[in-house]
Amino acid sequence: MYCGVSEGSARSEVEEDMTVEKENIPLIRVEDLKKYYPVRGGIITHTTGYVKAVDGVSFSVKRGQTLGLVGESGCGKSTIGRQLVGLEMPTEGRIYYDGTDLSLLQKNRKQMRAVRTKLQMIFQDPYSSLNPRKHIYEILAQPMLYHRIADRDTVEKEILRLLDMVGLPKTVLGRYPHEFSGGQRQRIGIARALSLNPEFIVCDEPVSALDVSIQAQILNLLKELQKELGLTLLFVGHGLGAVNYVSDRIAVMYLGKIVEYGDAKEIFNHPVHPYTRALLEAVPIPDPSEKGRERRLLQGEIGSSSCPPEGCRFHPRCPYATVQCRQEEPILQEVREAGVHMAACPVAEFHGA
Amino acid sequence: MILREIDRKFQHKGVSTTVMDGTGMGKRFGKKAAASVNGIAGYDRENKSNRQQNDIGSESYLQTVIRRFRRHHLAAFSLIVLAVIVGAAILAPVIAPYDPNDIAGPFAEGPSKEFWLGTDQIGRDVLSRLLYATRVSLLVGVMATLISTVIGVLLGLVAGYFGGLADMVIMRFTDMVMSFPYILLVLVAAAVFKPGMWNIILILGFVDWPGIARLVRGNVLNLRETNFVKGNIVAGMPLRHILFSEILPNTVAPILVYGTSVLALSILDEAALSFLGQGVQPPTSSLGNMLNGAQSLTVLTTQPWLWIPPGLLIVVVVMAINFIGDALRDALDPNSGR
Repeated sequence: MYCGVSEGSARSEVEEDMTVEKENIPLIRVEDLKKYYPVRGGIITHTTGYVKAVDGVSFSVKRGQTLGLVGESGCGKSTIGRQLVGLEMPTEGRIYYDGTDLSLLQKNRKQMRAVRTKLQMIFQDPYSSLNPRKHIYEILAQPMLYHRIADRDTVEKEILRLLDMVGLPKTVLGRYPHEFSGGQRQRIGIARALSLNPEFIVCDEPVSALDVSIQAQILNLLKELQKELGLTLLFVGHGLGAVNYVSDRIAVMYLGKIVEYGDAKEIFNHPVHPYTRALLEAVPIPDPSEKGRERRLLQGEIGSSSCPPEGCRFHPRCPYATVQCRQEEPILQEVREAGVHMAACPVAEFHGA
Repeated sequence: MILREIDRKFQHKGVSTTVMDGTGMGKRFGKKAAASVNGIAGYDRENKSNRQQNDIGSESYLQTVIRRFRRHHLAAFSLIVLAVIVGAAILAPVIAPYDPNDIAGPFAEGPSKEFWLGTDQIGRDVLSRLLYATRVSLLVGVMATLISTVIGVLLGLVAGYFGGLADMVIMRFTDMVMSFPYILLVLVAAAVFKPGMWNIILILGFVDWPGIARLVRGNVLNLRETNFVKGNIVAGMPLRHILFSEILPNTVAPILVYGTSVLALSILDEAALSFLGQGVQPPTSSLGNMLNGAQSLTVLTTQPWLWIPPGLLIVVVVMAINFIGDALRDALDPNSGR
C-alpha cells in the first residue's frame, strides 16, 4: 500500500481527478477542540474546578503536509495529539478525518477500527514505547495479523520491508527492545506506526528524548518517509528548530490556545505574537558574531491552566500588554498576509513586527 | 514444579507465556540473532553503544533468570530438596512400603527395620502414611494457590485497567475479604461445608487471593500508562490482547514471587486446619492430620516418631518454598542488569 512510487505511477486518470478534488479537503480538521480535566477536592470528593488543557483549538492539516505544534510544557500540545489518535476523548469540539466526524464513528465499532488504524502515533519516549517482554517480530507482527494487513505467510516479508524502510537490518527480528539504543527503538516505533498503513501520524516529540546527533537522523527519516508514502503529520515539539525543519505550517500554543498559526517560513521569519518572538529569540544561535545579540527573555512563570489569566492569557508576561489586553481575550485573526499568517494579538503589530 | 504449574495455568487461560520460556519465537530467532551479531555493527552510528551489549544480547530471558537464580546457593539447594520431596510424593504409590491405610504391624511401635519410621496407634506404617500425606498437602497447597492466583489476577487486571467504579467495587471487596479474621472464616466454612480435601482447596483458594489482586492491580495501574500499552490502543488491538498479551506478561514475575509465599501459606493453613480436625479427614493422611495425634500428651512425650517427621517435613517444605521465592524475586527483576 505504502510503496508510494509504484502506486503513484499506476494511478489512472480518474483517480488522479479524485485526488485533486480530495486535496482541497484537509485530511484532518479540528474544530473548537476542548479538553478539561476535572480537579477533585474537598472533604466530600467533588469537582472543584477544571484544568483547561486544551481550550478551543481549531486547525486543519492538508494531505501530505506537516503541521508543527509548538509551545511550553503543559500548554496542551500533547493532549491534542492524544485526542486525535483516540487515546483521550475531547470534552468538546469535533475532529474530522477526511471529512468524517470521528465522534460520530464512536458507535460503529467496525468503522471506528478501520479509521483508527489510519491515525497512528509515534511516542516521545522510545524506552517505554516497546513491550520489554516481546521481541521485535512479535511487536510488529501482532497488529498486522490482527488487522489482516498480512497473514502468517506474508507477515515476515512485510516486517522486513518495514525494517528496511526505517533503516534497520533484518537481524533485529528476534531481539528484545532492551538490546537497542534510543534511536534504534524510535525507528522500531516508527515501523510499528507505519505497519498499519496509516495516512496520518501524530509525532509526539519524537526526538526530544534522543541524543542530538541522532535527532537529525530521525527527523530526516520522517521527512523521507513522508515524501515516499504521502503521509500527513502532526509534529508536536518544543524545539523550534526541529519543528521548523519538518513542518509546512506551524501552530504556536500558549496555555491551551493557539496564539499564532501559519506557514512555517512566514512565522519563522516574521513572528508577530510576542510569545512566538520570545520563543524564537530563546533559540541559541551557534555563531560567535551573534554574541552581542539582544535577547529579551520572558519574565515570570507560565500561568495556571486551571485558572488562566483573564483577557489575553499571555498578558502577565507580555512586554507590550495594555489595559485592553487584560480585559479582552484576543481572537486569532489574519495579519500581514491573508491566508498565510494568523495571530491572536491586536497590539504586537504596532511594535515593529 | 510450582513454576510449571502456574505456567500451565496461564497457558490454560490462553495467555502468552513469554516470560517463562522465551516463547518459541525466541528460540526460532535466537540463533539467527546470535549469528548476525557482527553483521549489524557499523551500519549506523547508533549501533556503537549497542555493540558491547551484543555478546550478552543473544542470551534469552530464561537463561538470564536461571543464571541469576543459581547464584543463590540456598535457593538452588532448596530447589533440589523440594524436587526430591515432590518426586517422592508423586511416586508414593510406587515407593511406599505398605498401604497407608492398612494395619500392617504392631500398634505404636518405634522405628525398626521393617517400619523405618515406626507405626501409629492402630499399626499403620508411618513412612507410607507420610509419603501419601505429603502428596495430599502439596496438592492442597498447589491447587489452592492456583485458584487464588486465577481469581486475584483476573480481579486485579479488571480493577487496575478499568479503574473508576469497577476498581472501587473490587478493591473494597478485596479489603473486606482481607480484613476478615481469616482462620475463623476458614473454620466456619469448614464447618458449614463438609470438611474434606477438595473443600479445603476451595476454601483456601477463595481466601488467599486478595494479596495477589492488590499486587496485580498496582502493576496494571503502572503498565496501563506506558507507551507500549497506549501504542496498542492506538493500533486498535482488542482488549483481550492488551490485558493478556501486553500487560499480564509484564506482571508474571511479581505474581510468581508472591505465588510462592501463597503456596507456603496454603500448606501451613492446611496443616493447621487438619490439625484442628477441620481439614483433610482420616483415614486420608495429610501432614496436618498426622500431627493431630500429637494433641495427646502420651504421643507427644513417648512416641516422637509419630509427630517429628511430619512436623519437620512441613518446616522443610515451607522454608524451601520461601527461599526459592526469595531467589526468584532477584532473578526475575528486569531492572537488575546482572
